[in-house]
Amino acid sequence: MNPQVLVDGLIAGSMIGLGAVGVTLTYSILRFPNFAHGEFIAWGAYLTLVLSAAIGAVVGGTQPIGPFSFGWSIPIAGLAGMVLTALLALILDWLLFQRLRRQKAVMIIIVMASFGASMALRSALEFIFTSNPAYFTRELQITIPLGSGLRATPDQLLALGVTAVVVAGLFYLMNRTPLGRSMRAVSENPSLAGVTGVDVGRVIRYVWIIGAALACGAGIIAGLLVQIRPYMGFDLLLPLFAAAILGGIGSVPGAIVGGLTVGLGEALAVQLLGAQWRAGAAFILLIVILLVRPTGIFGRRA
Amino acid sequence: MTLQLLAYGAFFLTMALTYAVICLGLNVQWGQTGLFNVGIAAFVAVGAYTSAILTTPETADRLGGFSMPILVGWVGGILAAAMVAFAIGWLTIRLRADYLAITTFGVAVTMQLVMLNLEPVTGGPFGIGFVPRPFAAWQGNSLLFSLANLAVLIVVTLAVYLFLERLVRSPWGRVLRAVREDEVAAQALGKSPKWLRIQAFTLGGAIMGLAGAVQAHFIGFIAPENYLPMLTFQAWAMLIVGGSGNNRGAVLGAVLVWAIWAASGSAIGAVFSDGSQARAASLQIVLIGVVLCIILLVRPQGILKEVRTVSRYGLAARREPGRAAEETKKKEALERP
Repeated sequence: MNPQVLVDGLIAGSMIGLGAVGVTLTYSILRFPNFAHGEFIAWGAYLTLVLSAAIGAVVGGTQPIGPFSFGWSIPIAGLAGMVLTALLALILDWLLFQRLRRQKAVMIIIVMASFGASMALRSALEFIFTSNPAYFTRELQITIPLGSGLRATPDQLLALGVTAVVVAGLFYLMNRTPLGRSMRAVSENPSLAGVTGVDVGRVIRYVWIIGAALACGAGIIAGLLVQIRPYMGFDLLLPLFAAAILGGIGSVPGAIVGGLTVGLGEALAVQLLGAQWRAGAAFILLIVILLVRPTGIFGRRA
Repeated sequence: MTLQLLAYGAFFLTMALTYAVICLGLNVQWGQTGLFNVGIAAFVAVGAYTSAILTTPETADRLGGFSMPILVGWVGGILAAAMVAFAIGWLTIRLRADYLAITTFGVAVTMQLVMLNLEPVTGGPFGIGFVPRPFAAWQGNSLLFSLANLAVLIVVTLAVYLFLERLVRSPWGRVLRAVREDEVAAQALGKSPKWLRIQAFTLGGAIMGLAGAVQAHFIGFIAPENYLPMLTFQAWAMLIVGGSGNNRGAVLGAVLVWAIWAASGSAIGAVFSDGSQARAASLQIVLIGVVLCIILLVRPQGILKEVRTVSRYGLAARREPGRAAEETKKKEALERP
């Protein structure tokens, strides 16, 4: 087998992992699988695209940084895009999910609402930007050898590096900060956490902010490495859920490990069966994990 | 002109009724049992493709050539969809309710892949053409043909409706709702919630398969793009608008939402220029998505509320306690071997 599968799988997996962190956090703290999470990925990518184009128009275009395919406009626009995507998530929560929580709606109703919101958000993107793919940059990238026959472009290596830094940061946040402790407390037992003085509303806001910002990050990476389409987030949704369940609902390291596993599985499927079967890998992994260990790798018994 | 209008009306209603059958299937799963299926399109597609493969004449490079009668195709579609539903149900229903949602979503994605890529079976992106249509001999007379097909759909919808209404009022239907409302209590009475849910999920899937098969034969060709997540979404919107848990609501919602859909489609066609119509079509989806969310927020029970169904014996007991008890006793005596 071609060892390049490893590199391709890890790169795709880091994107999936970043998205899955948001899914697993909303799943464990707000207690529903959010079908609209994929739209944060797509909206994040499009928002960054628009902002980057705006920056480019004002300063007259930016030169690519070092070996990478993009100029300074992308990282700056990316940060702003994360803020806007987080804002989008907060608005969606305020308009829809918060009201449903107040009505004490059953979880499946909230799931359905997220399904409706996902349809509306995605189709809105399709209306504004059409279904034609868009690109952050038209620069061509040449792969660099990594030894033992492995190759990757500088952009891909950067994606891996950024993911690693984000994961370290998240790990610190969840385990070493008061916010992380509150988040874990709410995920264990919201009413008990509320009684002991945890501001549950604040925790929920941070869950949306973190999940949406990371989704935007995943969207930017997907946009840089592949392309930007209105369906990009929807197509990632199954891998995201597979990764979150694989890692164990509520576990941030689990989401990342699950994401990498799904990414590797997809790369393997592409290698063995052909690119058209890529999406099948996530489904097979999902079925296997549900059969063998429904609580996931790092999950606790429900 | 009137004839044309009549033919269009018949066509519209026939399409709406195919959706009504899907909604009736969904109502068994969601309305009666509380099972969330995000892969409706996949079950409809399984029914449609199975029936099409069984009934179409020989085609080069594709499995088939069985040229069976349409009714055999329908039965095949029902069985195939039931089998898929049973497998998924058996796999996930013992787990958490939300895992079923995710798995059915996965089924829909995978079914799309199979339809697009398994060309020797499904015909790939172009799908299957020349699916035999009922009353094809009358195709020359469009009005007669439309009315005949409408009649077929009315019969199918009515049959499914009456079957389900009977089922809802049967002991099985009551246990199903008991499981939905209070699983622990049902369990304490010796019912197996897991097994009942699998049965309900399979039955719902089978009805969706029937709807897919009937629709395929009505349209005459099938392709993967007929079974996008959009279809799942429409069926959900229809059931929620009509009133989940209510079979009449399911049919009403299907006709109503299909009417809104068709009307908004022609409105967009009139407002936007030819070039941007494909783009504007996505506005329709935004509209339906927002409407669905608003209904969930404002009137989650839909237009028609769920009808409280109790046992006939229970009702009689409330009216005339003595007589009902006597009847029950008589019945029990009869049933005792």
